[in-house]
Amino acid sequence: MTQKKLKNIMIFSLLTLLAVMFIIPFLWILSTSLKPESAVFSFQWLPETWKFDNYLKVFEKIPFLLYMKNSIVISLITIIGTVLSSSIVAYAFGCLEWPGRNTIFIFVIATMMLPLQVIMIPLFIMFKELGWLNTIKPLTIPAFFGGGAFNIFLLRQFFKSIPKSLLDAARIDGCSEFRIYWSIVIPLAKPALATVAILTFMFTWNDFLGPLIYLSEKAQGTLALGIAQYAGQMNPEYSVLMAASVLMMLPVIIIFFLFQRYFIQAFTMSGIKE
Amino acid sequence: MTNILEYIKHPLKRKQALAGYLFISPWIIGFLVFGLYPICMSIYYSLCQYDVLRIPQFIGLRNYSDLFFNDNYFWGSIWNTLFFTVIRVPLVIIGSLLLAVLVNNAIKGVKIFRTIYFIPSIITGVILSSLWLWMLNPQYGLINSMLAYIGIDGPLWLNDPNWSKPSIIMMSLWSIGGARMLVFLAALQSVPQHLYESVELEGGNWWHKFKHITLPLISPIIFLWSILEVIVSMQVFIEAYIMTKGGPLNSTLFYNLYLYNKAFDDFEMGYASAMAWILFIITMIITVIQFKGSKRWVYYEGEGAK
Repeated sequence: MTQKKLKNIMIFSLLTLLAVMFIIPFLWILSTSLKPESAVFSFQWLPETWKFDNYLKVFEKIPFLLYMKNSIVISLITIIGTVLSSSIVAYAFGCLEWPGRNTIFIFVIATMMLPLQVIMIPLFIMFKELGWLNTIKPLTIPAFFGGGAFNIFLLRQFFKSIPKSLLDAARIDGCSEFRIYWSIVIPLAKPALATVAILTFMFTWNDFLGPLIYLSEKAQGTLALGIAQYAGQMNPEYSVLMAASVLMMLPVIIIFFLFQRYFIQAFTMSGIKE
Repeated sequence: MTNILEYIKHPLKRKQALAGYLFISPWIIGFLVFGLYPICMSIYYSLCQYDVLRIPQFIGLRNYSDLFFNDNYFWGSIWNTLFFTVIRVPLVIIGSLLLAVLVNNAIKGVKIFRTIYFIPSIITGVILSSLWLWMLNPQYGLINSMLAYIGIDGPLWLNDPNWSKPSIIMMSLWSIGGARMLVFLAALQSVPQHLYESVELEGGNWWHKFKHITLPLISPIIFLWSILEVIVSMQVFIEAYIMTKGGPLNSTLFYNLYLYNKAFDDFEMGYASAMAWILFIITMIITVIQFKGSKRWVYYEGEGAK
């Protein structure tokens, strides 16, 4: 019994030590973001004077509000497009019967293997010729066409669990397929749709390569782009950079704590974090 | 074919089949326009000299031969990327597996620890890189400050060509460990308890349990994630783009960073397209090797022990 207790104490200490390692960067960042720039270079945890101005300075150094508006607009449109489009396609795979369904589904899964860097350059050239550069079109419009193989897969798994008798009853009552999709399946699938929405938000909010390639004009920039630019300067003010980072990760952290369950589901099921 | 005839004859089935095609049409269009067409063009561009301003000039395989025979940066970037991948993937897998074993213990507050370990995983890309740019600052960053506190003179991290890649690996362990931990935790919890009891009956300790029960049963998950992690590692880009720009001494000039520079700084679209295909092929080769190797250590239930 005592041996088991000892073991538990050891494990607990190890867990605590690791927790400190995982959490300490956040505290350090928060601390830096509240220090005067002159005190940033001293090793202390609690600032001597609390400088909340750093957060105001963010708005001077980086056109933060503009970038935030752009990021929000892009994220919202992409989420709407992805959720709508992937659920429509998933409905065809999960709730309808048609010849060739399983073959095409395997094909959809196979597109997850498509190497991004291979299609990146032709897409850039295509969008350039369409005159879409420096607009949000290249970042949002593709979301309306399929919504990504992984999301289709995730929703299809969920849709398959909906009792077929429910859908057939509606069909006998003369409901159109779109009506069944919209009024029966979508309300039932809210948890799965939330997972897709959260995944999409995480991806677009943090997306860097897309905006970097397609948005070269400052007025169109996103938060990720703006912060990267500031960090890439010769001598960024670290207190301001950290304040900006805190502001940008705030929505992500809030969503995490509000929707922890969906969030963790999204992460354990999705292959790739980026 | 009778199958299709059946759909045509039966009005209700026909209606449903038509709806099916209608509902997947967004994906079909998306795939043709944003998938298939770019892939075909990429093959064509890789055989051309193309600077976007003028129309592509067909030059055959010259981009490929230039890459292989006249480009030291290309080989350097392959070395950097392989180094990064070969060191990072085992560390991520082993580290997060150990973490999962640890939080699989029935201890008070273990759920809180799981959440804490997971939190860094929600930070990615640009924010992650700017945070660690500051953490790793050789003079004033947290890591060297703490090392100095206990009397150790920390390395220059991102400013030292020998430490730059390990620095980025360290950062990615912090940022991904918790997410992978959850995956392995789910796998650990799906191992049936009665299997452990039989080992206990035979007098085995925790190591026997781990080696003979846990490891074989979760090996398919380990295998799956080692493949996915290789693919992710081979694509490393943002960290180097923001923190080091490929330096010092090109020690973090990873493959995708060099590709990006070629495409969007030098506008050598043909050359960069050829690079993209080479990366794809290298990644495929590694994946195939992993599949071949997996036969020796991955255990699938139903196949029985060999």
